[in-house]
Amino acid sequence: MQEEIKAIVESYGRDKAFLVPILQDIQSRCNYLPRDILLELAEELAIPHSLVFSVATFYKAFSLTPRGKHIINVCLGTACHVRGAPLILDTLERNLKLKAGTTGADGNFTLETVNCVGACAVGPIMLVDEEYHGQMTVSKAEKVIGSLKKGDHS
Amino acid sequence: MKRIASADELYALQKQLQKNRDPQKTVITICAGTGCRGLGCMQVKEALEAELKNQNLTEKVEIRATGCPGFCEKGPLVTILPQNIFYQQIKAADVSDIISKTVLKGEIVERLLYQNPDTAQTIVREQEVPFYKKQMRILLNNNELIDPTRLEDYLAIGGYSALATVLCNKTPDDVIREVKTAGLRGRGGGGFPTGVKWEQCRAAHGTEKYLIGNGDEGDPGAFMDRGIMEGNPHSIIEGMLIGAYAIGSQQGYLYVRNEYPLAIKHLSIALENAREAGLLGNNILGSGFSFDIIINRGGGAFVCGESSALFASIEGRSGEPRDKYIHAVEKGLWDKPTALNNVETWANVPLIINRGAEWYRSIGTEGSKGTKIFSLVGKINNTGLVEVPMGMTLREIIYDIGGGIPRERTFKAVQTGGPSGGCIPESMLDLPVDFDALAKAGSMMGSGGMIVMDDRSCMVDVARYFINFLQEESCGKCVPCREGLLRMGEIFADICEGRGREGDIELLLSMSAAIIDGALCALGSTAPNPVLSTIRYFRDEYEAHIKDKKCPAGVCKALIQYRVIPEKCKKCGACKKVCPADAITGELKELHAINPLTCIKCGACFEACKFDAVSIE
Repeated sequence: MQEEIKAIVESYGRDKAFLVPILQDIQSRCNYLPRDILLELAEELAIPHSLVFSVATFYKAFSLTPRGKHIINVCLGTACHVRGAPLILDTLERNLKLKAGTTGADGNFTLETVNCVGACAVGPIMLVDEEYHGQMTVSKAEKVIGSLKKGDHS
Repeated sequence: MKRIASADELYALQKQLQKNRDPQKTVITICAGTGCRGLGCMQVKEALEAELKNQNLTEKVEIRATGCPGFCEKGPLVTILPQNIFYQQIKAADVSDIISKTVLKGEIVERLLYQNPDTAQTIVREQEVPFYKKQMRILLNNNELIDPTRLEDYLAIGGYSALATVLCNKTPDDVIREVKTAGLRGRGGGGFPTGVKWEQCRAAHGTEKYLIGNGDEGDPGAFMDRGIMEGNPHSIIEGMLIGAYAIGSQQGYLYVRNEYPLAIKHLSIALENAREAGLLGNNILGSGFSFDIIINRGGGAFVCGESSALFASIEGRSGEPRDKYIHAVEKGLWDKPTALNNVETWANVPLIINRGAEWYRSIGTEGSKGTKIFSLVGKINNTGLVEVPMGMTLREIIYDIGGGIPRERTFKAVQTGGPSGGCIPESMLDLPVDFDALAKAGSMMGSGGMIVMDDRSCMVDVARYFINFLQEESCGKCVPCREGLLRMGEIFADICEGRGREGDIELLLSMSAAIIDGALCALGSTAPNPVLSTIRYFRDEYEAHIKDKKCPAGVCKALIQYRVIPEKCKKCGACKKVCPADAITGELKELHAINPLTCIKCGACFEACKFDAVSIE
């Protein structure tokens, strides 16, 4: 892992101005931002730990806890909101027995919300592992989760 | 692509590429924007490719995956050129008909055409569809002509001509004068005159100057910028190049939301191709002018759309705004003079250079020139991206282009300007849409989100939504925003959950005034706008929540109940089947009833009943 972090830092010329994109790369590699890697990163970039953690906790895109095998994201943009996104989120929270922003103990699902993915015209929309599912209804959302649980979702 | 060494070489290449585009060749264009991807367009594209291969037509027929043409409601969209036949809501199963009938025999497949809901007539050409008819698509029309991942396509429609004109024939002052004369104003919402900003940045001290394209389209319900970034990335890059020449900058940044992966991909490809062709980098077109652009992905923070927070983010810090007594044109990114414009603003620049300031001025109203792209969404028949001349009325946009409200419900309000904007009621629908008229009505044009609401949308809930949104997105630096919005959110929770008290409305009004005066940046100081405008125009709804403990629109969960209307119930069992709480009684062929004690108000029965027998009270 150490080598990989070095390679990422190197690809940005060891420039601390690229802290946000570096963290993005680490997250896409590790699925979250592990604490020891953040400490290591601070050493690599020769910046205080506090700076790394302030940035990592400020931006919504970063997670400091491990995320599930499947990441379910419900769009809560205005257009989705008026078309019933809160009911979709309720359904998922109930079905997955998870609160938004958390990961289940079995590590299968993470339920997150996003403030608009810009596909407003086909809202309400939910993302399953970055795949867009448009024009959601309560029962369609149940079905999507049902098939994910069965494992027939690639 | 080979490096283009001069303007003459560019013109020659454009001509060559145009010649190569056989106007008689069959081209199937398919929208491959994020909206249509949500509806399965990539499966359609794969099916088209497979079918062409099967029929040995790969050489004769070209498939062009384009950016968003705007009519997302009816996606996936497919157009057959050169006949210009417009098909909508295409599924993979329709592909064999499209190839065997339309492509091979020139026949029109009637069932795939758009049907005008008013006249029940089918329409063959896209331009004749009512959704497109009243639009003026000077920016979006190019989305359909090009594959955004191919620089050649952009060059074939005359791309980078404006850059060549500027580098060969105009001084930086000429360019600034032209943009000022055109009357271009910032499309991100502020509406600051672009030419004036450039002039100030050019005049600012220092040799190191920065240029930023703001593609951090954070307003929920808005996706105009995504449409351009995904569909025509080179138009933004060309605009920035022209701006850089005018201001005297060598380094630009494109700050794009992380939630727009396709936009990031297309912009990255475009930058790479432009660099390879010598349109970015050193000594562009042999003119001695050098400029390059770096992409920065946002981190999912709404506040980073604010200029000083955006600078902090690019500098690798948390996106906290700073006080702006010194303007960005003097001290912006890295404390150097910086010109920041929205990506839609940048995309307008090549048009002004190519067609002239006078032409551009002729479009729009006295104070707002040109066109504006809006994302028309919510409770509206034709959702999608629309581009209209400034000054068109809201009524024309919502009814003539948008096709009105679905399911014969009634219009209640349109929300413009995102979380900083407000809700505009029916009585003000004849307002012309420009920077100044909407501000007078207590809203703002903002970046262009237009969310239409009907009688089933609760205005208190909408105001609560925005306050909660902003409270979550507040960076926490200043007290009025951090604490004020939190308290307002609590008051809204009380009102929406049946604990509202006399005097809550007045309290919200006085807190709004304090936040407007006290907040550090525009996120805070405009945050109360949705509250103020909903109280101003829909005070009766607030009062119904507070005094009668009722939500007239049937949205606020604590104040509503689901009930089966016995006269309408067909005893079909659909509601019972979907109820996750087993709260519905009555076997098949028996009247159903909902037990209010076990009902969790999830809405599944309401959605499942085809006979409108489930009501919300």
